Amino acid sequence: MKNFIAIFKKQLKDALKNKAVLIQFVMFPVLTVIMTMNVKPEGMPENFFVSIFATMYLCMAPLSSAASLIAEEKEKGTLRVLLMSGVKPQEFLTGIGGFILAACMTGAAVMCAVGGYSGKSAVIFMAIMAAGIVISLVIGRAIGLLSNSQTAANSVAIPLMLVMSMLPLLSAFNNTIAKAAKMLFSEQIRQCFAPGSEVSVSAEAVIISGVNFIIAAAVFFGAYKRSRRRT
Amino acid sequence: MRTIFADNLQKKFGEKTVLDGVSFDISEGEIFGLLGPSGAGKTTLINIITGQLLQTGGYAEIMGTDTRKAGDEVRRKIGVMTDSFGLYERLTVYDNLLFFSEIYRTHKSDIDEILQHMGLSEARKTPAEKLSKGMKNRLSLARAMLCHAKLLFLDEPTSGLDPVTTMEIHEVLKEVRKSGSTIFLTTHNMHEAQSLCDEIALLSKGKIIERGSPDEICSKYNYLNRLEITLKSGEKITLDNSPQSAGTVGDHLKNGQIRSIHSTEPSPETVFIELTGKGLGA
Repeated sequence: MKNFIAIFKKQLKDALKNKAVLIQFVMFPVLTVIMTMNVKPEGMPENFFVSIFATMYLCMAPLSSAASLIAEEKEKGTLRVLLMSGVKPQEFLTGIGGFILAACMTGAAVMCAVGGYSGKSAVIFMAIMAAGIVISLVIGRAIGLLSNSQTAANSVAIPLMLVMSMLPLLSAFNNTIAKAAKMLFSEQIRQCFAPGSEVSVSAEAVIISGVNFIIAAAVFFGAYKRSRRRT
Repeated sequence: MRTIFADNLQKKFGEKTVLDGVSFDISEGEIFGLLGPSGAGKTTLINIITGQLLQTGGYAEIMGTDTRKAGDEVRRKIGVMTDSFGLYERLTVYDNLLFFSEIYRTHKSDIDEILQHMGLSEARKTPAEKLSKGMKNRLSLARAMLCHAKLLFLDEPTSGLDPVTTMEIHEVLKEVRKSGSTIFLTTHNMHEAQSLCDEIALLSKGKIIERGSPDEICSKYNYLNRLEITLKSGEKITLDNSPQSAGTVGDHLKNGQIRSIHSTEPSPETVFIELTGKGLGA
């Protein structure tokens, strides 16, 4: 636990000085605030921008920051020093992951407030965001573990996060895309945040997101096992 | 008491043999230098000893524990200075050390003491990315010493540093040794190996080809001792440092042709070249 706290604190200090990572945590919540405050055509639901940006946020920020931060530690040799200093790999991954989850949940809380959710709706919104962030985080950690440099990590993470975040938006224009997007947790979550209606979770969303999580976790454990292979 | 023990260590990556029957032991309080060119297997050996990598064959022990079973308790007694520094570049000097003091469970007050000791006090608020190479080296060494290490692994500790900084770091390492810590260092710097190490091992193609104190090794290969004569014409002549060369030297002396005479005692580098046909930097 002490190592987890130490890594969490270090990551917080580091992220505040790392503009590339910081912007990922801040950009969508700030964009949501600006757009919601300033763009108010008649008839537009209060949570219109939240429903769009929340899905993009949970697909992009955790995935790319996790991949980038883990790959950076490998590239700069800090991970090697940490592991040789008695830090367990799972403590390192939990510390980094815990920080990203906390940072993204702060952004999610801003979106929740801007979207006007309260009471039960707010709890459901935050729970859905947490689930989406965790899935995205697990994928990002797998990419980070499999990459030897930030460049290599970004070359995989960026296209993947674009597909996951843009496919749900593009599904409105094409039936084939809509069918494919339906298999993604990001599309399921987007449907939970339908503009103008209360946040709701369907059984289909739970099942598909659950399957997405299991696949992401399997990939992560494969990557973890591979990176830990010492023979 | 021995701090590190390796017996017939072998490591293969696929078909490639990186370590081939490496055996040695390092006693407590000793400075041990591992010399070898790039690709000789130095990093692989360190990775096995520190439990980062499993050997294909043989046995290794670190502070009395099988390296394959060495846990956190052992690792917290090990300080590491890698060739890539392994510093958090955006964090300040102080924050880098603060983070590791939390990992090592040492007191915060130790940080100030080490900063002072390493001449980094004035740079405590400077981000690591803004430090010179010499300062990064010091910070990396300060971090390694922060855990009051019983064993320090130093990978090229003075590589690329100016002579003054190198000398300062050597002084620090000598003090560390006095406190009873064991130091395992890799280096290409012959002067460093000779002036610092109690014992050195020459590693080539995964095998230790020579081992002993620098003086022992140089004495053993004293037959490599040569006389290097530079004539006034600029021509250089190398002769065996033996009575048989007296005639040639005498002739040049009589003719007043000699500008300088030097004896070239064997160094670990010349021994390495004699044994492998290649230099340590190769």
